[in-house]
Amino acid sequence: MNAVLQYAVQGLAAGSFYALAALGLAIIFGVLGVVNFAHGAFYMLGAVAAAVLLDTLGLTLWWALLAVPLLMFGFGVVVERLLVQWLLRLDPLYNFLLTFGLTLVLVEAVKQRYGVSGLPYKPPDVLSGRVELAGVVLPRYQLFVFLFSVAICVLVWLLMTRTRVGMIVRAATEKPELARALGINVGRWVTPVFGFGVALAGLAGVLAAPFRAITADMGNNFAIILFAVVVIGGLGSIVGAVVAGFMVGLVEAFGQAYAPTFAQILIFVLMAVIILVRPAGLFGRKEATA
Amino acid sequence: MRSKRIGAGAAAVTGVLLLGACGAGGPGGSDGDFTDGKLVLAVLNDQSGIYKDASGPNSVKAVRMAVADYQKKYGDRAVVDEIEVTSTDHQNKPDIANTKAKELYERGGADVILDVPTSSAALAVANQAKSHKKLFLDVSAATTELTGGQCNKYTFQWAYNTYMLANGTGTTVTENGGKNWHIIYPDYQFGQDMTKSFTEAIKRAGGTVQGTIPTPFPNDNFATFLTKAGSTNPDVIGTMQAGGDLINVVKQFNESGLRERGIDLAVGLMLITDIHSLGVDQFAGTMFTDAWYWNMDAESRAWADRFRDETGTRPTFEHAGNYSAALQYLEAVQEAGTDDADAVVGKLEGRRVNDVFLRNGEIRAKDHLVTHDAYLARVKKPSEVKEDWDYEEIVTTIPAAKAFPPAEASNCSL
Repeated sequence: MNAVLQYAVQGLAAGSFYALAALGLAIIFGVLGVVNFAHGAFYMLGAVAAAVLLDTLGLTLWWALLAVPLLMFGFGVVVERLLVQWLLRLDPLYNFLLTFGLTLVLVEAVKQRYGVSGLPYKPPDVLSGRVELAGVVLPRYQLFVFLFSVAICVLVWLLMTRTRVGMIVRAATEKPELARALGINVGRWVTPVFGFGVALAGLAGVLAAPFRAITADMGNNFAIILFAVVVIGGLGSIVGAVVAGFMVGLVEAFGQAYAPTFAQILIFVLMAVIILVRPAGLFGRKEATA
Repeated sequence: MRSKRIGAGAAAVTGVLLLGACGAGGPGGSDGDFTDGKLVLAVLNDQSGIYKDASGPNSVKAVRMAVADYQKKYGDRAVVDEIEVTSTDHQNKPDIANTKAKELYERGGADVILDVPTSSAALAVANQAKSHKKLFLDVSAATTELTGGQCNKYTFQWAYNTYMLANGTGTTVTENGGKNWHIIYPDYQFGQDMTKSFTEAIKRAGGTVQGTIPTPFPNDNFATFLTKAGSTNPDVIGTMQAGGDLINVVKQFNESGLRERGIDLAVGLMLITDIHSLGVDQFAGTMFTDAWYWNMDAESRAWADRFRDETGTRPTFEHAGNYSAALQYLEAVQEAGTDDADAVVGKLEGRRVNDVFLRNGEIRAKDHLVTHDAYLARVKKPSEVKEDWDYEEIVTTIPAAKAFPPAEASNCSL
């Protein structure tokens, strides 16, 4: 029983991280309709930036959690203005190709600059050690990631549903004609929303730096899991991304414990089953916008 | 204007060709025994992927260093004047390695292929070597199949294999009190080979393997795998992961609290580039088997200094192994007086060698496994590190005869 509880806690911790990382992907799709294949690369850039800032300027994790998302926001804005905006009105396939190509370029650029064997990263001492409760052990850092991710997810959700900006953005994307008729400048919101999504990917990357290998390829495998998360949750649904993130974390943890070889495949089995039952995902568009 | 430039170009090309011809016919130029009048050494490895730093472009430079040393040593007495070093990327994929090896032997005029990390890719190249009757000196792949069931007359394995890694780390750690093991391994050829070799070595040393956990490859999240492995309370968790996956395992192991519960981590395969990338503090105290270490003695260090001048970094054992393989190949060619593969194989077989890389080395005639001393190493504490790349303390030297399986045990028939 204790073991089951241990796996569940680990699964929830991993799940919160998946939820946070998938959030930006869901927002970018929800608002721009762009299937952002470069999300894994943005996540990787976040981790690399954290490592480089620590190495060159001595910026610790705390500062990186602030600075890197800001940098990534700026980077996202540039990418949107330079590249993505020209393809927004075309077939989504073009955006898929663009972001996929962008991934290749970013990964290769990081390889050229920093090599392939990865960058070192030392987390703050406060976050080392473990927390034990009722026989369940969780590394203190994992607990921090869990709390931090949940807090960000709640904040984003409040931002999108309870603030004027969030409502404008949602109106602008769901009923652009009507929004325009009401005098809302739709185009104005597309760029910052894309930047915001990229910043969230970068933030996940910073969180990953202490417990994952920081290499140019770190986003490749991760992005595949993230896509499973947003598809399970319902493309573009924020609540869906969060709920599905936790589901995937749990499935992975119990898979690792009881069917190790199938740990990753189980995630996609879950995805297949959910799509069969609910083709639009758990919180497909209609529910998410109700 | 345009025709003038072409004319100048043609003149330059002719000049170079003339010079080349002079060179070939120069002193000691008995190049009649060399196909195309030259020797071609081809380095086939990972130029852009996960093993780029471990061997990659710097292995090519190490091979060039061997060529330079050969030419310096023999000067006019060298049996061949023109030696070409080429390199190609196999992206660690067996199918690409297969095609590239075929191209190198058939159209590139390669007399020997060197390096080739990734076991499945190396086995593909070994097949091409066999069918083309050309040499293949493998340095960076670990599978025992190369000199075992799938061995052939033209393939040699230079630096290490899974037996050496398992026998070093598995045996020594078990003998030092790490009796009960739990092994996690990536579920592909290398991981399976390693787990088999480690299990045998641990049992021979009087230990037990309580369980093994196959993991997906590649994989980022090992948290629950580690918890699961720790739940049987082993003395040691052995990880057979390599590269980025190894770093994930170590980071997550350090966080897990297993070490504080008295469980150690033993690493199956580690290169100095892995320690460099993760930082010495994360690995401090970890035991592993090394085929060679750049700072283990004055001779190695002197060569590592030269290597640093060429590349700006310190060599891995794979770099030194490529240097050694190229050098001994050239020595064998010098003795044979030809690039004819059968003649060169004849000179290599049974040769006893001491060079920068091979200590008490023997190129075994029976299965073409190159045996030599290996080393059990421990990663230094950050406070013990005195200079860049000064990461390892050699705990014991494992004599060649103990480091590698005995020839009688080999199921190879050439």
